[in-house]
Amino acid sequence: MKPISLLCALSNLVCLGAYLHGAQPDADPRIEFNRDVRPILSDNCFYCHGPDQSHRKAKLRLDIREEALKKEAFVPGKPAESELIKRLTASDPDELMPPADSHKKLTEQQKSVLRRWIVQGAEYQLHWSYEPIVKSKIPADTNGVDFLVRNRLSKVGLKPSPLADRRTLIRRLYWDLVGFSPTPQDVHEFLNDTAPEAYERLVERLLANPHYGEKMALYWLDVVRFADTIGYHSDNPRNVWPYRDWVIRAFNENKRFDRFTIEQIAGDLLPDADDSTRVGSAFNRLLLTTQEGGAQAKDYEARMMTDRVRAIGAAWLGQTTGCAQCHDHKFDPFTTRDFYEMGAFFADVKESIVGQREDGMLVIGAEEKAHLAKLDTALEEAKKGVKAVEAELEIAQKKWEAALNLDTFSPVAKGTEDQDDGAEKKRSKELIAGLKKATGKRNKAERTIIEEYFREHAAELHTQEWKVLKAANQARNDYYAQLPKCLVSSSTAAKRTVRILPRGNWMDETGDVVKPRIPGYLPQPNVEGRELNRLDLAEWLVSKENPLTARTVMNRLWKQFFGTGLSKVLDDLGAQGELPPNGPLLDWLAAEFRDNGWDLKQMVRLIVLSQTYKQVSAGTPELLAADPYNRELARQSPFRVDAEFVRDNALVVAGLLVPTIGGPSVKPYQPERYWENLNFPTRDYFADKGDSQYRRGLYTWWQRSFLHPSLLAFDAPSREECCAERTRSNIPQQALALLNDPTYVEAARVLAQHVLSECSGAMTDRIQWAWNRALQRDATEHEIKTMVEMLERHLADYRKDPKSAAEVLQTGLAPLGTDINRAELAAWTHVARVLLNLHETITRS
Amino acid sequence: MNPLLLNSRRAFLTKSLQGIGGAALASLCGPELRAASAGALGALPLPQKAKRVIWLTMAGGPSQLELFDYKPKLAEMDGELIPESFTRGQQLAQLQGQKLICQGAQFRFDRYGKNKTELSTLLPHLGSVVDDICIIKSMTTDAINHDPAHMFMNTGSQIAGRPSMGSWITYGLGSESQNLPGFLVLISTGKGRTPQPIAARQWSSGFLPSKFQGVQLRSKGDPVLYLNNPAGMNRERQGLDIATINALNKQHALEAQDPEIATRIAQYEMAFQMQASVPDLMDITGETSTTRELYGCQSGDGSFASNCLLARRLAERGVRFIQLYHRDWDHHSMLREELPLRAAEIDKACAALITDLKQRGMFEDTLIVWSGEFGRTPMKQGDRGPIGRDHHNKAMSTWLAGAGIQRGLVYGSTDELGYAAVENVCSVHDLHATMLQQLGIQHDAFTVKFQGLDAKLTGVEGAKVIKGILT
Repeated sequence: MKPISLLCALSNLVCLGAYLHGAQPDADPRIEFNRDVRPILSDNCFYCHGPDQSHRKAKLRLDIREEALKKEAFVPGKPAESELIKRLTASDPDELMPPADSHKKLTEQQKSVLRRWIVQGAEYQLHWSYEPIVKSKIPADTNGVDFLVRNRLSKVGLKPSPLADRRTLIRRLYWDLVGFSPTPQDVHEFLNDTAPEAYERLVERLLANPHYGEKMALYWLDVVRFADTIGYHSDNPRNVWPYRDWVIRAFNENKRFDRFTIEQIAGDLLPDADDSTRVGSAFNRLLLTTQEGGAQAKDYEARMMTDRVRAIGAAWLGQTTGCAQCHDHKFDPFTTRDFYEMGAFFADVKESIVGQREDGMLVIGAEEKAHLAKLDTALEEAKKGVKAVEAELEIAQKKWEAALNLDTFSPVAKGTEDQDDGAEKKRSKELIAGLKKATGKRNKAERTIIEEYFREHAAELHTQEWKVLKAANQARNDYYAQLPKCLVSSSTAAKRTVRILPRGNWMDETGDVVKPRIPGYLPQPNVEGRELNRLDLAEWLVSKENPLTARTVMNRLWKQFFGTGLSKVLDDLGAQGELPPNGPLLDWLAAEFRDNGWDLKQMVRLIVLSQTYKQVSAGTPELLAADPYNRELARQSPFRVDAEFVRDNALVVAGLLVPTIGGPSVKPYQPERYWENLNFPTRDYFADKGDSQYRRGLYTWWQRSFLHPSLLAFDAPSREECCAERTRSNIPQQALALLNDPTYVEAARVLAQHVLSECSGAMTDRIQWAWNRALQRDATEHEIKTMVEMLERHLADYRKDPKSAAEVLQTGLAPLGTDINRAELAAWTHVARVLLNLHETITRS
Repeated sequence: MNPLLLNSRRAFLTKSLQGIGGAALASLCGPELRAASAGALGALPLPQKAKRVIWLTMAGGPSQLELFDYKPKLAEMDGELIPESFTRGQQLAQLQGQKLICQGAQFRFDRYGKNKTELSTLLPHLGSVVDDICIIKSMTTDAINHDPAHMFMNTGSQIAGRPSMGSWITYGLGSESQNLPGFLVLISTGKGRTPQPIAARQWSSGFLPSKFQGVQLRSKGDPVLYLNNPAGMNRERQGLDIATINALNKQHALEAQDPEIATRIAQYEMAFQMQASVPDLMDITGETSTTRELYGCQSGDGSFASNCLLARRLAERGVRFIQLYHRDWDHHSMLREELPLRAAEIDKACAALITDLKQRGMFEDTLIVWSGEFGRTPMKQGDRGPIGRDHHNKAMSTWLAGAGIQRGLVYGSTDELGYAAVENVCSVHDLHATMLQQLGIQHDAFTVKFQGLDAKLTGVEGAKVIKGILT
């Protein structure tokens, strides 16, 4: 990067800074409460003088103007007479605010803002995200995104960047809409498509591509903490994957976001509830649960309720609610009562608190239902058959037992193949122990084991009836076991009592019992004469009156296409979050979304069709200096793609990806013994063979306590808590994974096979071919030279060392093909490996 | 990341073709690739007594009543119901709904060292260094089940998603290690029954950047996940690939103006360094036989003793936070049969670690902490057969040693039955605050913005440095 001219950078900063403070050359800059004052008060004062009444000092609250005036915190227009200003500058440490032990200190600039704000009358504003959404007027035939971005740019004295070249654009669209890079053929066609609407057609094609749903689902699955295991302690499996597929389908079918919301929170309560809406309601079951011995039900009941409140706050409201479990929110008006009243919405969800999750609802079609019914009927018939001869069998069993000599008795082995020795021995032991007891002293398990043994091995009559029953039972259970199942919500009339837990202490039962209610500081639903339920909550979340949901969802969506949210703290649109630099843009998107039927695909379309989206991501030195984090959107932003897409792309480039949508979670290669510290039970990991090995990353088995290490290295979250935003790190473990994880070594080897079998040209042609496959562009002369140099060294090396060459080709299950030159393929594997490791390969720019 | 890195002496590829192999590899193998990374805190407000922490986690919850906290009155009342005044309104784990019966210590105690410190006869080696350590008998915790208790002990919160203490500390202080992560985790498992599970979230970086997460060092397979080269690829081949990747990335950086590229180049260098430094670290054949005998371990045996020796080697290499787990202390039953085995597995090694660090002059600036995630009840569990004790959060014993910790001190005490800590009661947050203070960090000013709050390792309730144990 060229060094930036300091002078030029400074002049831009001054210019930008001047705008931010509303500078007009002559007038005193107008201080705006939300933009300039609230962040200072919130961060420095609200902790003791904010919404939390239990912690409030001197009964003073500064978050409400009337309250502050009542306590004479300031005199509008007169900073010198204002206590607030006096306290900020007091020399007596007892008087000084914030106090030293808060470790908070205002800068001179912040003090000056407060002073000027009081001079100007100390006006307040409602916190921006609780205000109704304001929709800017957009001129006809203008993309609202572009209009509002440019509006803002002209105010801060910046200009939009030029549009990116077409290769960059198609790569960007593929990454953003389906989650992997295009093929060289795709790029070629797009580059040569001279039609004016070529870009628009590409967008439509990708929006209709079924991989679009997978790409979009990933972020939602993070937000709702979707995982295949329960999380706590033994971290056992549970059945939820049909919910993941439901989410993918919802995005592909463009299920309207209001309906999408309602089905997840209350899919079981809808008048038109069906299996699909019930699968959606698995959302309520995605939280952490435990099977730990000694877990106390009341303890976990409280944990589960609080988990759910945090989820609603994170996924829909963009509000941090967790702290209100113990005390009123320090910065936002969310009270402890609000917290527990929100929790009360879920008091009807039927579930066991501690222990194994149930199998869940069968997620099957009419054909499977009919077949299962048939097997059930056969089983019933078989039971009847045995029942008819029960009395005779009982008499026979008594005779058999009487004749049995337990000293010499040796039970017949069950002999089924999957039964290990241990289980067999245990069964024999239990059988003999049972037989030794007098008939009346046996427990149920013992009675069953003896009865089964007798009927299977010793009875001489009615063996056929017994066999039929056994077979019917087996057939039914085998069939049932492999059917898809999903934990879903169902409502119980025996609702759990929800109390406010003082300081979050579940053992303290002195708190008020509460009923479901929407937080008091937000517009209330129009329901009277009955208690609110989950359906009311869901409908309220996506009602026109609620200002938070549309803003929260649009803010998160923006990050997918620009790398940062419009308000950069995605999970907090409250006082401690960030006032969006371009508030009108976030509001306009939110209003469009809400007013046009919560049509998410349309919002995506709107964004990617904007000129703003299509800009180059490299900025001029001046632009980088003026807006280093690209908050003003005078360019695009490059970013490393998310964990799953790093892998998906390698599989696509190698031609290994199996593009099947949906199904049970899959197990890619994983280092041995990675799960060795799991227990109850201990678990072995068996990597999938065949197609399942090559599925997209979002289908990876999500083991919360030990997430797949390659995903973890690239910042995939464990999904124990809702995750609105993945961190985007750059760490050595990523290099180790891309270099050494068998998934990537195999992908390199298979890509090399393609190079050698599909391109018969000279070495440089082959390098070009591989380059195009991985990066969809030609390599530069310098790049080719570098690669040739490396390739020749590897070639010479492997020709001398055929044993190593053979070993290199062993990684991975994908077939090797015939008629190969091992040394050559091994050397080309390195070429492919280097390509898969390039920064450009895993970066969307 | 500093884009100047691209032009630095260490950027190892020149335009020349020869550059890729020879010169590049020479650079990759250089002794000093990565400057120690600075921490977020910069200048420390307090004197830094401890440069590093070795935290010995006894996963499962060892019984303080058999190891550290001898209670004659409890022995006297063995078999009697514990007075309800002790247990009313308190949390119980597996003893919920059962008769609560006193159970005296199952093993003999003796007096060790100059101060005649009372200690279990199961820990004779620790007894030999007891004048160097400080035992806190009045530790408490909030949680009573393994999973939340581990989370609380490691992150100061029972809700998932918070950074672990090792992450906090490497974030705050940075790392002095040239070629190893700043926070490493080593796990051993007792040769016993069935150990409680542990989860990677115990060393997660939570909301801090992933570079501060704990990296597990494993005794079998790749010592660090994906550390070993793929089959058939030796170090030269790997080096050549990395040199090429970095050369191409460097070339790309000239056009792309993406500062992440410089970072990525540095990460590939670091990865290559780790591929050499980690095996070197794990190879203890260079240790003298005296040292190996001191610990009582064999190379690669995966034992707690081996991990203690590795901890010393990590400490020497500038690693900031070293956490050892030894699993299988959850003695609901088989206390008499199993506890001696666990104690034997750790006793000699703990003493060896202290002795070894002292001999090398590192004891004074290393903080050692030994702790379970909770303690165990004075009430017995199991009526017939092999008895044990249940989980307990009102009292547990912890010991600390090294950097600025008083030697030979017993701090705090429990009531006459060992049910609850009564004198100098310490919380997990207090323990964290004390550790931070010894590292030179003022615990209540060490914050990171998370969900609007100034999140702290020591929580929102307020914590106090345990001054009574400090020199």
